[in-house]
Order: sequence, then structure tokens, then C-alpha cells
Amino acid sequence: MSQERVPWWKRLRKGVETNTEQKLETPDGVWHKCNGCKKVYLTTQLEENLYTCPHCNYHERVDAEAYFSILFDEEDYNELFRELTPVDFLEFTDSKPYSKRITETEDKTGLRESMRVASGKTGGYRLTVAAMDFRYIGGSMGSVMGEKIARGIDHAIKNKTAFMIISRSGGARMQESAFSLMQMAKTSAKLTQLAEAKLPYISLMTNPTTGGVTASFAMLGDFNIAEPGALIGFAGPRVIEETTRKKLPEGFQTSEFQLENGFLDFIIDRKELKSKIGQLLGLMQG
Amino acid sequence: MTYLDFEKPIEELQKQIDHVRNGKHLIKPKVSAEELEIRLRETQNDIYSRLSTWQRIQVSRHPERPYTLAYIEKMTTNFIELFGDRSFRDDKAIVGGFAELNGETVMIIGHQKGINTKMRQYRNFGMPNPEGYRKALRLMKLAEKFNKPIITLIDTPGAYPGEEAEQRGQGEAIARNLFEMVTLKVPVLCIVIGEGASGGALGIGIGDRLMMLENTWYSVISPESCSSILWRSWDFKEKAANALKPTPQDLLQLGIIDGIIPEPPGGAHANPDEAASNLKAAIIANLTELKKLSAEERITKRIDRYSHIGIYQTEQA
Repeated sequence: MSQERVPWWKRLRKGVETNTEQKLETPDGVWHKCNGCKKVYLTTQLEENLYTCPHCNYHERVDAEAYFSILFDEEDYNELFRELTPVDFLEFTDSKPYSKRITETEDKTGLRESMRVASGKTGGYRLTVAAMDFRYIGGSMGSVMGEKIARGIDHAIKNKTAFMIISRSGGARMQESAFSLMQMAKTSAKLTQLAEAKLPYISLMTNPTTGGVTASFAMLGDFNIAEPGALIGFAGPRVIEETTRKKLPEGFQTSEFQLENGFLDFIIDRKELKSKIGQLLGLMQG
Repeated sequence: MTYLDFEKPIEELQKQIDHVRNGKHLIKPKVSAEELEIRLRETQNDIYSRLSTWQRIQVSRHPERPYTLAYIEKMTTNFIELFGDRSFRDDKAIVGGFAELNGETVMIIGHQKGINTKMRQYRNFGMPNPEGYRKALRLMKLAEKFNKPIITLIDTPGAYPGEEAEQRGQGEAIARNLFEMVTLKVPVLCIVIGEGASGGALGIGIGDRLMMLENTWYSVISPESCSSILWRSWDFKEKAANALKPTPQDLLQLGIIDGIIPEPPGGAHANPDEAASNLKAAIIANLTELKKLSAEERITKRIDRYSHIGIYQTEQA
């Protein structure tokens, strides 16, 4: 160290000269780098903002539980149908057996499926919410998601609550093949019963909502709404570019694009989600 | 006639038959054409009785396979094709209209592929845009209004993944059809006659009965796309095909479909008339049964049927 060259200038402010080893550790997770504008800000700020960026309003991916906390009054809700879990009945093997994928995903995420259903009150109005979790095999739709939606609808009809699905999914789960495909039919069939019961169905699309989810219940809401900047579409952008050999324009398949083309009722900021849903449910009951 | 790789023995025999029949022979051929035809039948039966999944998929895509309009022509009389979705334009990848089948007016709607290079483009390879699904729904509602049964013939490599298709709401169009078809008051019979790829097939595929011709497939994704997504390469399509269990034989066993309609030896393209007559017989038999139920009974059964599809386990949390 003694041989170290001394620069002709010297930093005066304290702390600047501290050796790396002596620097205080910044605990993990104090700072968050926005996935949209890449600006760095405090995690506490992120939480206060309901996981949206204070600079660019980028909506970070959050899980089903976060939506339950955001939506339900006093964060008070009952989770339903937790007992339903997937089975590898086709013995589907790609890079690994589906059965192994199920256990590994469960171990890694602590989740039992890509969808969770809960019931509670929003702004005083009864609401049943089915929300997806992208960490579980890309939020993909298999038999369990279909069954949870079906039972969620039964629950809503029985208890006369409004029904809401929060989508965040790449589409149907290939590992359940025809059964995944038929969940599109199953959920649509169940939605006819909800419609018959004249209970409102709100479909909230978040980033991303594509494939068989878009081509069934996500687009069938009495109210189709979306978070800003979400990717929403049937075919994924890569597939379209490969098929048409054309570069897609900026902003293609975003929430704003869907609103402009007439497929959404409105775009909702996550920070206003609860109040707007409450307002909507109030109007429907009034 | 186009022959698939595994049909080489059939092609050889056919060549021999043609030679014996049409060639000028100095010496009388050792084997008669009649005998060769028997051998041809046997070979066809043999090859077609043990098709692998991948081979069956190839048959379903055979360029000379009969498509919707061919079946309509062979099975019905008085067909009047109806065009357009009344909102954007007419989609050539889906056709439909009223026709008389077995003395009764029915609505037939189906995907349509082109019969030659030019027509394949015109039909967009049987890949509908949103207006195709909206046309199909308009025709179904028309059939419901006049109390005519609906028959849909499914044969598509998928809904078209194009920029404009997305702009006009491909997802919404398919979703709307699923929802509306569930509660149609008239009998709805859906039959896969070729390829049944994913949402593009399901978009006209909700009904009281789901049947498949013998050499067809129906799956959540095409084996090629499945291979490219899960194996990150196009080379695993055969493996993907097996894993997806997409054949009529698989799906009948899994309880997804109600029946398999036999094809003539050598596949539907070897004898389109026989294929059409088998299809027609199946349609008549199923419609007769469905008409015994009231509209309410059919709808209740339809909802019940779809509500029960799915395999999962129930374990304590």
C-alpha cells in the first residue's frame, strides 16, 4: 500500500476514501432497479407504489397474493380450493418429465398451481377473485386452472358475488395437451352460467396475457380491463414476426393498442385498481 | 397422386398395376392386374393399420385430402354458400352455408384449404382471420334462428398469427365463439376432418358431439411449434407428436372425443367418395340421436360435458 501512487487531488468528503473491504454492506433488496426505465429507487418506495415505478409507472410483475392484498378490504380474504394440484397423467416428457417439473416448481416457488382463488370484499362489495401467478410454469393454463375457475364461478353464483379473473399467462400448458385446450371450452361454458346468473365478470389482463387465455375467458369479460403497458394478444410477437417476416411496430399488442382497437373497456393503474373496481361494483348494484 | 415416404410400397404396386393395364406387352405379365390390386389393398391395409402418430399427422396433411367443400359436394345437395361477417370482409379460410343432407336442411361450416398452390394462398392455408370466426358465428346464429342443426368440419393448422389478425382481435373472436356456441339451441356436431390445431380449431369446435376422422389430429399446439418451444428446435416434432397424444385413437381413450369415423384403406385421399359416405353416415346417426333431446337438455349436457374435462388431484393443503 505504501507504494501506491498518491494522486495530486484528494477527495475531501468523508467515506469516499474508504477501502472496498471496509465499506458497509448494503443489504440486499434495499434498492430496486425498474424493469422499464432502469432507474434505481428504494424498495420501500416500490412497495408503497404497489410495485409500480415512481418514475415511469412501469408495472412490475406481482403475484396472486399481492392482488388479494391490494383488492380486499383490510386485506381480509379466504383462499379457496387450495387442495387442487396438477397431475402428469399423460406422462409428458420434454427436457424433463412434467411430474418433475411440477415438484421442482413447487419447491422453488412454494406454489401449488399457477392460479389462486380467494373471496372477500372490495369497497364493501362481495367479490371472488381468481388470480394467476407467472412463476408457476409461466402462469400456464392446465386442468387445475380450469377447475379453479369453474369452482370460483360456482362459488360466485352460490354466494352472489361478482367474479374477477386476473390473467398473467403465456397460454395453455402444453404438458397437458388436449386437456389444456379443453379448459378454454370449460371456462367459457362456465361463464355462460355466470352470465345467466347476471353477476358481473371483470377480466383484468396483466403482463403478459397471451394464447389460449386471451382466446377464452380473458376476452370474455363484461368489463375487459388491463394494467398499462401489458403485452396482450393471441399469437406471441415472435411467432407473428416469424410468420409474416416483418418487424412489428412499436407498441404492438400493448394494453394501449388493445384499447385503441376496441378490445378493452379501460386501462387501470394498479394504484387505482381497488377504488375503480369498488366504484364499478357499486354502479352495478345501484 | 402424391405419395408419402411410408407409402412407397403402395406407390410401387400402383405403378405395376398401371404398367400391366396400360403398357404394351410382348409377353403376358406374370401377375394379373386384379391380383396386383388385391395386393395393393392388403398393403394399404397393412400400412394404414399401424400408422405411427407422426405418419398419421402426415396423412392428415396430404395435399390431395378432401377438404370441407369437397365433403359438402359429396354429402349434400342444394348447397348455398353464404359469405361475409357483415363487419369487415369475407374470410376465405372458413366457408359455410345451408345445404340439404339426407332430406333435411343443415348449416355446414368448415375450415377450407386450397386444392392447388394458387388456391392454397387464396385460402390462406386454412388459417382464419378474426372475420372468419365472426362469419362462422353469424351463420350459426342464422341456423339457430331457423332451427337448423349445425355441422362444423375442422381442418386448420391454426388461427392466422398475423399483424392485422391481432389488430382485429383474433383472441376475442375465438373466445366469443366458444362462449356463444355453448348455448346454441340447435344440435351442434363437430368433426375433425384433417388438422385440429389449438384455438384455431376450437373456435368452431364447441358442440354436443366431437368426432374425428381416422387419420386426423387435434391438439393444443402443432407438433412443430411444440418442438420449437419445449425443445428449442424443430427437430423434435416426432417426439413432440408422440408426447401430445393428438390422434383420434389417443383422444377417444382419454375421453375427449365421442367417436372415430373410419377412413377407406389408404386414407381419405385414396377414396374421397368412401370417406364422404362414412362421414355422412356418422352425421346422420348423431343428428338423429341429438334431435331426440330438447334444446334445454342439449345445452345442459353440453355445459356439463365441458365442465367435467380435466384431470387433477385433490390433496389437503
